[in-house]
Formats: sequence, C-alpha cells, structure tokens
Amino acid sequence: MSAVDRRTLLKGVAATGAVAATGISLPAHGRVAKAVPPDAVGLLYDTTLCIGCKACVVACREANDKKPDTRLSGGLWDMPADLNGQTKNVIKLYKDADSPERSYFKAQCLHCVDPACVGACMIGALQKREFGIVTYDPFFCSGCRYCQMVCPFEIPKFEWEKLAPKIVKCELCNHRLKEGKEPGCTEVCPRHAVVYGKREDLLAEAKRRIAENPKKYKGQKAGDPPKVYGETEGGGTQCLYLSHVPFEKLGLPDLSSEPVPHVAQTVQHGIYQGFVAPVALYAVLGAVVFRNRRKQDAASGETDGPAGGAE
Amino acid sequence: MSRYAHLHAPVGGPLWSRPFRILVVVFVFCALFFVYRFAAGLGASTALNDGYPWGIWIAFDVVVGTALGCGGYAVALLVYILNKGTYHPLVRPALLTSALGYTMASIAIHFDVGRPWLLYRIPLFPAHWNFNSALFEVALCVMTYVAVLWLELSPAFMEKWSQGPAGFLRRTSEKAAPIVDKAMPWLIALGLLLPTMHQSSLGTVMLLTGQKLHPLWNTPLLPLLFLVSCLGMGYAVVVFESALSSGILGRRRETPMLASLAGVMVPVLAVFTLVRFVDLGLRGRLGLLGTFDLYTGMFVLETVLFLAPAFMLLSPKARNDAGNLFRASMIMILAGSVYRLDAYIVAFRPGDRFSYFPSFAELMVTLGVVALEVILYVVIVKYFPILSAPGAEAPARTARA
Repeated sequence: MSAVDRRTLLKGVAATGAVAATGISLPAHGRVAKAVPPDAVGLLYDTTLCIGCKACVVACREANDKKPDTRLSGGLWDMPADLNGQTKNVIKLYKDADSPERSYFKAQCLHCVDPACVGACMIGALQKREFGIVTYDPFFCSGCRYCQMVCPFEIPKFEWEKLAPKIVKCELCNHRLKEGKEPGCTEVCPRHAVVYGKREDLLAEAKRRIAENPKKYKGQKAGDPPKVYGETEGGGTQCLYLSHVPFEKLGLPDLSSEPVPHVAQTVQHGIYQGFVAPVALYAVLGAVVFRNRRKQDAASGETDGPAGGAE
Repeated sequence: MSRYAHLHAPVGGPLWSRPFRILVVVFVFCALFFVYRFAAGLGASTALNDGYPWGIWIAFDVVVGTALGCGGYAVALLVYILNKGTYHPLVRPALLTSALGYTMASIAIHFDVGRPWLLYRIPLFPAHWNFNSALFEVALCVMTYVAVLWLELSPAFMEKWSQGPAGFLRRTSEKAAPIVDKAMPWLIALGLLLPTMHQSSLGTVMLLTGQKLHPLWNTPLLPLLFLVSCLGMGYAVVVFESALSSGILGRRRETPMLASLAGVMVPVLAVFTLVRFVDLGLRGRLGLLGTFDLYTGMFVLETVLFLAPAFMLLSPKARNDAGNLFRASMIMILAGSVYRLDAYIVAFRPGDRFSYFPSFAELMVTLGVVALEVILYVVIVKYFPILSAPGAEAPARTARA
C-alpha cells in the first residue's frame, strides 16, 4: 500500500463517520480522485467532421478479429444495432423527429480516468494499464457482469450466446499501439473525424476548435455553452467528444466532475480499509458472546467452564 | 454433547408424504432447466441483456435469498449478544434456514455468472483482491459464511451421528464435537460479523451504479438500509417458518415466544422507514414523490408493506394472535423482498432501449433452487434434532398454543 493509499484510507474513515452521522452529503475529500495518467492517450471524435461512412467499424473488426454482425441484415452485410458481444466500435445516427437536426455518433469505451468498471471488478480482470487504457484479462473474469451494471456509458458488452462468454470492450487497440501503430478506427478515418493522440494534446486541440468556432459546438443541453465532453465528466475520460448537437441527445449522460465510483468507494473505504472496523467488531462480538455464556453457566449452576455447544 | 441438546428432537415420521413427493417432482422438472442453462448458454436461456445484465438469479436468489437466510443472524444477535436466552429454542431452526438459504444462493451464483468454473480464482488470488469492490467483499464473505453456518449447525448432526452405528460418522463426530464446542463462541461471533459485513455491502454494490439507480433508492445510506431490512426479514422468516412447520408438520405452536420476538420487529421496521424518509428529506428528494410514475408507485408500495406489519404487531394482544402474527410476518417478508428487487431491478434504469422480464427458464431455475431448499429442510428436520422438542419449552404456554 502506497502512502497515497494510506491517506485515502484515513480520509475515507473520517468521511464515513460523517456520512453515518449526517446521512446527507459526502465531504468532497472523502476519496482522492484519480489523476490523469501522465502517459494517457485517447481519441477525439468530432461530430461535425463525421460523414458516417463506418470505415472505422470495419477497421475495428479487422484490428480486433471480430466477425461482422449480420443479424439485422439477414446475413447479408455488417449492421450492428449497437455495441455488442462482437462489436467494440459503432457509428450511430441521431435524428430529431421534428427538425432537420441530425448527427452521427461514435460509441466505444471512453477509458475513464477513474473507471467504475475497474472499481467494480472483483479480482481485477478489468484494469487500467499502460497509457491509462482500461484493459480486460479473461483469466480473472468469472463473468459476473458487475462492470456492465456500473458503467455510466453502457460500454462493456457480454458474449451472451457463447458457452464460455467473455466481456467485450474497446481496449484502444493496445496490441497495435505496442507495434507502433495507431488504433484501427483512427487509421482509416477519411476525414479525421476521430483522431488518436496524447490526451493533453487532444484536449488542447478540442479547445482550439471550440475557440475558433464557438457557434458550431454545443454543450450538454440545448442552450448550454460549448464544451469538450470527457474533460471533467465523471472524473474525466481519455476519449473526448465535440458535438454540434447537445451531448444529451447523443446519449452521453449528464455527469458531474465527481468520479462515478466516488460515493460508493468512499463508503466502502470508510467501512473496510485497513480492516480495522471488522476486526474491532469481531473482538467485541466475541467478548460479549463469551461473557454471556459464562453468565448463563453461572446462572444454571454448571461447573464445566465456559466451553459448550452453541445450541 | 451440546448443552442444549435436550431442547431439540428430530420430527421423525415417514418422509415420502404427499407434499414431499410433489416437491420432488417439481424439483426434477426444474432440474431440466439447470441442464438447459449450461447446454444453451445465458443468451438462449435467459432474458438478460447488456442493459440488464442482472436478473432474478441475482436479485431474488442471492439478494432476497440471503436476506431470507438472515434468521440465524437475527436470532443469534438476540440470544448471544442481547442475552435473551428465552429465544434459544429458535436458534437451531433459524440456523438451518440460514445455512440452506446461503447454500442455495451460492449454488444460484453458479447459474448466473458466465464463467462459473473460474469463481474459484476469487479466493485463490489474494494479490488480485479488489478491496474497492463491494461485490468482491460480498463474494468472499458469503463463501466464508456458508462454512461458518454449517459449522455452527454441526452439533445437531454430530449429536445424531454419535449415537448412531459405529463407523466413520460416529468416530468423526466423537472426535470433532469437543473441538467445535470449544471454538463455538468464536464461530458465533464470526456468524454475527459476516452478515453485518456482506448484507450492508449488498447495498453498497448498487451504490456504484450511480445515476442508473433511481434517486428514491440511491443514497449513501443504502448499506444501512440493507442491513436493517435483512434483520427485519430475518425475524419475520423465523416467525413464519415456525408457524408454518407447526401447521404442516403438526407441531405445537410456539406463539408466546414468537409473539415477543415479533415485538422486536416493530422498532426495526420503524427505523427502516424513518431513516429512509429523513434521508430523502435532508437530501431534498421528497419532491420526487410528487410525480406519479412506476417508481413512486413502488416506493409507496414498499412503505406501506414496511409499515403495515409494524402496526399489526403494535399491541401485545395482537402479537399473541397466531393468525395475525403469521400474516404480519408474511407481509414483512414481502416488504423486504420488494425493496430488494426494486433496488436491483425495477429502480435500475439502463436506458429506454433495454427491457427485462425473466424468461421461463430463469423462473424455473429459481423455483428449482427453492424446491431443493425446502426438500433439504424437510429431510434434515425429520432426521436430525433441529426443531424444538416437545415439552422443551419451559415458559408458560397460553391455552390456545
């Protein structure tokens, strides 16, 4: 356990005391939010540039060895309705019913700075590794699907039809990055609607685009000032979005800058870190049980000491 | 020989009664779906999907099932910590329901997870343990608790075996009994610690779903609410089961003892409801109850179900009415079950493009697990000294009991 973790622990204990006492709000410092890794990489997707050609969907399949999803097209062509057990990247179309407003949207893992799925995973099948990429190791996965329950973006998918199913999610083509290549999706994008790079560079580029063309981009809801989705949302993500329609219409949830696992882990840390509380409780419970049995023995006039069956 | 042996006796009598035969037929039918689940996979056999990855196998079999298995926890708390020795005859039956309830939940997990053959890696890789994960804590705690429960109950089996024919069982029982007896206070304490930990963690598990859990359910106090509700359900199950076994197995009613136990349920129920409303009030969320939708409806239903038994059991006279007691405990069980199903399924909102209603196979697997639990309960109480022995209950009995 590092020094930082230890500090987290103590703050967590204090914070849970406060929660228990008030039950109202968690102190902001209850748990130290994770910082963006120094080597963090990611994607920047700009809806104003995407023409919906889906070259990235095909490239993703080739890069990750996933078969085309032809279930909706009657076995004819690749037509995934959404991310699924064989699709790590998909282009969706948002179309407003009453106005000409429309936009493409690229869905894939956002690689959160402080991911809920990693916090959920029981023995670390999902972990944040090199370049801050959230990676999956099936060796440690029992298929419990808690990661699916907690992801605010509905990203991890499950191979429902297989007998030895795995979790499927974008791992930012980390196998290609190791070979010095870039992710499949960004390599083929004809209009550079999605680009790969260091997160800080992508963030600077996104802000530059907004500054250059503030009217073109939108915020979370209609009327909000333009923003880069992923800069702070849910504690920040490594993949960033720019959009000409409000983000909520693209299905990106309105998250505060608080990391998604913040509240749950503050509570969990407070109760368990260092295992002090459970051990103390066990000692007290043991002592009381022991004392009560002794009292009972004295009352019933037995002389064979405190030992004896529970029943 | 344990000191309370005289309190318990096997029910005896023929095993293959008509209801028992029906149970076995139901179980065999459901067992076909156990096979189907593994032959066809989760996609074909369940209605689960990427939006609702958890269905009734988790929400009912595990989350409700273990709460129903909290009778042992709830009664042990009274007997061993608050030193209410009067309830002692209830300890063993409660422990048996707990041991069976938790064992069945552990079995159900193997149907639910996609890669059950890898579950063993959880205890075996301590270097990978994720202490941030409430689910990990639940998994490890439940594994340990199942073992603790059977050990706590083992004197009942050893009593029987040590009087049986000479052989392996008798030798082992005679050797192990004194050791278990010595360790018992520490086992009991562990049996109180573990449910406190994982029943509250079952609440923390859903806390991590964040915005996906409806704000009427999502509160940092989820662990406390889950802990309190499991105590209420635990007491109710003990009352319910005792009343049921006196009806079905033709046993003497234990009404006076159950009546005073039911008295304990009233403050538990009141605390649960009070904590919930005060929390919603302080967090400024009571206004949510103004909109009428599915969520408000379920919340109101839960509140009514939690408060009804509290009022039904308010007066000592009402508590001594066996029928009223039975109905109140049934409503209490329903209240806790609805609360837990809501927190895990109904109030979980992955988005409009997903929906979930359990498939026939899911329902049959759940029914099969419950049937197996009842079968094992009947077999064990018939052959082993679990239920209270006739005449063992010394305190005054009312005329109607």
